[in-house]
Amino acid sequence: MSEINVQRRQFLKMSMGVAAVSIAPGIFLFDMAHGKADANKVRWGMLIETANCAEGCNDCVTACNTENGLSDGVSSTDSQWIRKIEIKDISTGRETSLPMMCQHCEHPPCVDVCPTGASFKRADGIVLVDKHLCIGCRYCMMACPYKARSFVHEPLQNQNPDVPRGRGTVESCTMCVHRIDQGQQPACAVACPNKSILFGNLNDPDSEIATRIRTVASAQVRADLGLNPGVRYQGL
Amino acid sequence: MLTSVAALIVLAGLYSVHMMEEHGHIITGMNNQIVWGIPHVFAIFMIVAASGVLNVSSIGSVFNKPAYKARAPLAGLLSLAMLAGGLTVLMLDLGRPDRIIVAATNYNLTSVFAWNVLLYSAMFAAVVVYLWTMMEARMQPWSKHAGFVVFIWRFALTTGTGVIFSFLVARQAYGSAILPPMFIVISFAWGLAVFHIVQSAIYQWNGKMLDEYVQKRMKNLLGVFVVAALYFVVVYHLTNLYFARQVEFERFILADGGIYPLLFWAGYVVLGNLLPLLLIYLPGWGKTQHVAVASAMVILGGFAFLYVFIIGGQAFPLSIFPGFEVKSSFGDGVIGLYSPSLPEVLLGFGGVGIAFLITAVGIRVLNFVPREIPKKAL
Ligand code: SF4
Ligand code: SF4
Repeated sequence: MSEINVQRRQFLKMSMGVAAVSIAPGIFLFDMAHGKADANKVRWGMLIETANCAEGCNDCVTACNTENGLSDGVSSTDSQWIRKIEIKDISTGRETSLPMMCQHCEHPPCVDVCPTGASFKRADGIVLVDKHLCIGCRYCMMACPYKARSFVHEPLQNQNPDVPRGRGTVESCTMCVHRIDQGQQPACAVACPNKSILFGNLNDPDSEIATRIRTVASAQVRADLGLNPGVRYQGL
Repeated sequence: MLTSVAALIVLAGLYSVHMMEEHGHIITGMNNQIVWGIPHVFAIFMIVAASGVLNVSSIGSVFNKPAYKARAPLAGLLSLAMLAGGLTVLMLDLGRPDRIIVAATNYNLTSVFAWNVLLYSAMFAAVVVYLWTMMEARMQPWSKHAGFVVFIWRFALTTGTGVIFSFLVARQAYGSAILPPMFIVISFAWGLAVFHIVQSAIYQWNGKMLDEYVQKRMKNLLGVFVVAALYFVVVYHLTNLYFARQVEFERFILADGGIYPLLFWAGYVVLGNLLPLLLIYLPGWGKTQHVAVASAMVILGGFAFLYVFIIGGQAFPLSIFPGFEVKSSFGDGVIGLYSPSLPEVLLGFGGVGIAFLITAVGIRVLNFVPREIPKKAL
């Protein structure tokens, strides 16, 4: 009887030790991964004015496809970095049209889950996929709450040299990082005939986007998830 | 004979991989909405069962039950075989399987997936060492320790598998804290079912009869595990029903989602649970052949369950704008469509073939047939 008790106690001690050892690094990493952002740094973002966005207008989508060498196809296996969504409030019947793309989350689940570190967030807040590291596991697609990512299902032709893509890897809106790095605006923002997409530095208090966000009501999609997306919507 | 069939299946699987490499995933049924398909059903089944089958070893070494001790080596071998089969499928389904070396050298330590890669590799090593301590007389004193490490590790492993899904907070089917324990209990049932089938096959080929006492205990254990797993699945769905935002999803999976409710009720509940329980417990039944059939049903039920869980869980649209009706060119607001194609099914069976080959060769070359111990020793 007492021998069993001793054995049991040893067993318990040992399992608790094992549990502690395996949990501790997890907690440490969690803290590291959720470090605070530096307020002085640039954070690129967008503010979308849904009231101006016309139903049926697809200009931002077309501009994106042209800029990034996407096919324009809309089958379930084609890449769509930006898409128009028509939404209708079930209780009031109010209809709104808006563009949806990678929201460049401050705490991106796609980056957290990526096994190789191919999904990453730049210092300026843009979330990208490193085409040389991505192994095509699609875990990031499972994790993204906005369905922002596409998997390249077929070999590609006619690529834009500025925008590397690759069969068997995952891709999504890059906020036209190649244009931003040359001081230009993202293609969709330029193409919108109604000036519905305002692009800028969220962290610069004097920028137009920061001023607008301070003065008008805007919202993040699925703000309840606490990911702090860099894309905000007005008039939702 | 069976071995050559298995080899052929493996070859067919490899040929599918070659096709997928050449044409891309376009030749599978997977798309941007259903990103994980049949290969993942096969892979996850095998990985979960690989962990569960070790229960047989654990009962033997950690809890010191001789009837199970005699079976520990076979359980270890099966675990290695299924782990190898499952991981191969998972790896070959990657968009870029050629970059597996990238996955092995770049770890994002916040990724559950990366943890799992480490967990699986360590598991593999632990089971190999464990087998060694059991087969090699000199190492025998260490067997208990090795058994204990394996015992702890496989909990971590199955927890890790469950966590892969429970971290997906944005998806309604997943993001639940009950998934890791549910997967652990399910693994017991699936693992033991696989063990039963292999054991009865071995005994049949060798013209031996399973000791009646052992047979009875193992069959009862299977029954208990099946009931426990069913219990967890019920709790998982009940908790979902409790949260108002999940009710739509549950209605889809359990009632009007077409193939998914059908597979859930007919495949998982009836074929995978109720019928096997009858075969095990009905008076006059529960003989070796009944248990073998029951085990096969548990396995089929397991596949049905995973199909509903993995594919049905993705088919239900993400709720990006709760409270709104949505439509777009990218499948927002509509049920995702998926029909598995031949290459991906072959890839899945290829993994099973690999597991079978490893088991068959292992049994032939090394002595993995359970050695009966006189009854009084039990
Ligand atoms: S929207 Fe999706 S893809 Fe973009 S950063 Fe957030 S989680 Fe990642
Ligand atoms: S598909 Fe690529 S980017 Fe996405 S999680 Fe896997 S390796 Fe990372």
